[in-house]
Amino acid sequence: MAAAGAAATDLEVVRGKRAALFFAAVAILLGLPLWWKTTETYRAPLPYSQISGLNALQLRLMVPVTVVFTRDSVPLDDQEKLPFTVVHEREIPLKYKMKIKCRFQKAYRRASDHEEDALSLSSVHEAEAMLAEPEKQAEGSLTVYVISEHSSLLPQDTMSYIGPERTAVVRGLMHREAFNIIGRRIIQVAQAMSLTEDVLAAALADHLPEDKWSSDKRRPLKSSLGYEITFSLLNPDPKSHDVHWDIEGAVQRYVKPFLNALSAAGNFSVDSQILYYAMLGVNPRFDPASSSYYLAMHSLPHVINPVESRLGSSAASLYPVLNFLLYVPELAHSPLYIQDKDGAPVAANAFHSPRWGGIMIYNVDPKIYNASNLPVRVEVNMVQVMEVFLAQLRLLFGIAQPQVPPKCLLSRPKSEGLMTWELDQLLWARSVENLATATTTLTSLAQLLGKISNIVIKDDVASEVYRAVAAVQKAAEELALGHLSSAFVASQEAVTSSERAFFDPSLLHLLYFPDDQKFAIYIPLFLPMAVPILLSLVKIFLETHKSWKKSEKKD
Amino acid sequence: MAAPCSLSLPVVALAALALLSPRSSAAGHIEVCTSRFWFNYRHVANTLSVYRSVKRLGIPDSHIVLMLADDMACNARNPKPATVFSHKNMELNVYGDDVEVDYRSYEVTVENFLRVLTGRVPPSTPRSKRLLSDDRSNILIYMTGHGGNGFLKFQDSEEITNIELADAFEQMWQKRRYNELLFIIDTCQGASMYERFYSPNIMALASSQVGEDSLSHQPDPAIGVHLMDRYTFYVLEFLEEINPASQTNMNDLFQVCPKSLCVSTPGHRTDLFQRDPKHVLITDFFGSVRKVEITAETISLQRDLPAVESRYSSQLLQAHDRQSSQFIISLQQQLHHSTGDNWLKLLHKAKSEGGDMEDRMEEEFTEPLQYAEQLPVAQIIHQKPKPKDWHPPGGFILGLWALIIMVFFKTYGIKHMKFIF
Repeated sequence: MAAAGAAATDLEVVRGKRAALFFAAVAILLGLPLWWKTTETYRAPLPYSQISGLNALQLRLMVPVTVVFTRDSVPLDDQEKLPFTVVHEREIPLKYKMKIKCRFQKAYRRASDHEEDALSLSSVHEAEAMLAEPEKQAEGSLTVYVISEHSSLLPQDTMSYIGPERTAVVRGLMHREAFNIIGRRIIQVAQAMSLTEDVLAAALADHLPEDKWSSDKRRPLKSSLGYEITFSLLNPDPKSHDVHWDIEGAVQRYVKPFLNALSAAGNFSVDSQILYYAMLGVNPRFDPASSSYYLAMHSLPHVINPVESRLGSSAASLYPVLNFLLYVPELAHSPLYIQDKDGAPVAANAFHSPRWGGIMIYNVDPKIYNASNLPVRVEVNMVQVMEVFLAQLRLLFGIAQPQVPPKCLLSRPKSEGLMTWELDQLLWARSVENLATATTTLTSLAQLLGKISNIVIKDDVASEVYRAVAAVQKAAEELALGHLSSAFVASQEAVTSSERAFFDPSLLHLLYFPDDQKFAIYIPLFLPMAVPILLSLVKIFLETHKSWKKSEKKD
Repeated sequence: MAAPCSLSLPVVALAALALLSPRSSAAGHIEVCTSRFWFNYRHVANTLSVYRSVKRLGIPDSHIVLMLADDMACNARNPKPATVFSHKNMELNVYGDDVEVDYRSYEVTVENFLRVLTGRVPPSTPRSKRLLSDDRSNILIYMTGHGGNGFLKFQDSEEITNIELADAFEQMWQKRRYNELLFIIDTCQGASMYERFYSPNIMALASSQVGEDSLSHQPDPAIGVHLMDRYTFYVLEFLEEINPASQTNMNDLFQVCPKSLCVSTPGHRTDLFQRDPKHVLITDFFGSVRKVEITAETISLQRDLPAVESRYSSQLLQAHDRQSSQFIISLQQQLHHSTGDNWLKLLHKAKSEGGDMEDRMEEEFTEPLQYAEQLPVAQIIHQKPKPKDWHPPGGFILGLWALIIMVFFKTYGIKHMKFIF
């Protein structure tokens, strides 16, 4: 009986041991991974390696230049070598690690009869009118015509001419090394019309360390999908001045053509408003010498903030807002001039603030006061005003005066106020800036995900990141091939996708649990289960150990 | 007399102010008050006083995000409605006429605060509720309320920890949403909130060290509550002497409110800041001075260019021929600057040219303008409940399960499970 009982308990003991081991196995092999998997934050897979590869992306910008030689421009044996292609590559160092390669691909060819006729006319403008086919020229490309050394197309000592569309004219040379010398002149002209160090540095100013570049380079607006332009008329003294301005006509005539020319760079919308009893925050001082009032240059920065709160720019769209203010000073402070730092009155009587807009002061002609009673009717001369505002708009966009090579004639500006190659320059700068911004955003996102462990990445955020990476790579390829317009579109898409991914509202990290709170939560759940399992494992281990020792002793 | 702020009152008033003041572009400020209920009047008064000083120094409302967790001015208990006073004897009404509160009452939550800081706001958020800063903005963040060691209470129901705040600042830094950041906090044990910052260009000030309480300044017998906290009171006295052109630097701000006046020891942290504090002007953060250039050159325009308007009239007639209503509506939206009577004239001309088109044109003309990204009405009225984040089970549930497990073991007899126990 006792033996049967003992055998039965032995069986139970073995079964018990097996059961305990099985519990332990299930808990450790199945339970732990399941618990780990279900409590981790969901992260859709991201192309981390591609993102880190973007940082080391070498940007290559290519400008295709077509060089057309007329009959007497170069010696005959050189002419026989045409047509061929020469590539001139230059590296522009911007930061210790970052360099941009600019490549000018010059395709030399002989002039056709039509072009020969055009270039033998008497003035450059007529020649251009005959040659003009702006639709055929792709964005970013240039055409340079080489005329003979003694041609009368250009004035006597001018060696080159830069036209308003994407053309230029350079004088040829009858010399053995004609191609080399002319090649250098062409590069100088082509650089002035497309890519210079300044243009690129201005675009990348936000991504470079601050001390390297002067404040000049920090003027342009950040690249954005669209802009909102607001024209405001400030009339602080309606009792004396009844101001009228034909802003709609002026916008249709002057601003809309300019913005249409710039339309490749973004969407623009234009508003206007009139504000009454809006004062400047600064009191002007009286200058007895000229019996006029003036605003010194150091008081100009304090003018903007008090006025800005009344402009209502916060109600406008989410695009960056550019404000252009026209201020008609009150009768007691007329006429009002702005003085620069030497004390001389500024000709345009206007100033601007980077990334904000511009203010112009319009002085009423004193003659109209004699005839009538107050309030006098003031008709604003919109041409004078728009000349200043469009110039300020150009400066705010970063379209500065080009660096022309010596002895070069710059054509007079087009009616829209923007030359085609200036638009190209803007697009080059914007493409580069967009690529830099998109790369920084993606890299920051990858770094953040490494540092902060409880940010959730959903599937649509991951797809935006993939799209952004693909767009950056496409834009870099298109820039290397010289297709400016498709590169610009791809770079804009890259920026939009990367910003959308980074600023997606779902990325807000989950609330943080400090470690002691995590322990306090898990211990009451796992401890009652873990203690029996662990204790039984320990017991089994000790018994087995004892039985080994016993079997050793027996031997 | 002075009420410590770490009493275990269930009231959590959060007041936060965020200000942006960039050196060369707009300044930005965020001001947060996190406290609710009438007896946390002083937190709202703190925040509004800082807000008022900052506006006096020239920052416009579009650059200030003001979050007040409760409405004291129109509170039923306020004996002087529509006012919030910051000095006793009711000298100074900081509520004023032009206060613009961006986040009010229940909108002041940890989530909204973090969304404002990191910029991850839903697309429908209006411009005034966003922090529109860029890499050149200097930001001032002022927070006040009830706090403890490493946390700040929001609305008496949630808290923000110092680690979350540090992570939020790191996200701002990664996206270059600030150039320099000044963080001022007036709560009990405020110094614990800036212990964990690790992003560069941050300077922090707090009203008390870890283990100390920030005390309030003076009660007012007429209103019946304490009106302000000591630290903010002395900071405001200091700020009253600043004007937009003054040259006072940060070292003076660090000396404000010594222990003799404040009872607690104010602290500051500058190791993450790259410039030397004595070269940092107060107006870098509290005021804003824009960079300005004289316009030296103008372009020349031709005097009498034809207007571009004619393009639109020919497009309208084409649309008329093509009988597409969509085009006409989009034209309506495009014509910002076409004068009203021009448009009507064109419309009448188009109308008269088409007989049966008239009815269609009329109904198309009255169709309303389309607004972008409008939520369908069903979604506005019956918004789906947000999926709640998983929270671990609370103490009661844990205790209940512990009890159940113990009873289970006792019932089935521990002695039978020889190999477990």
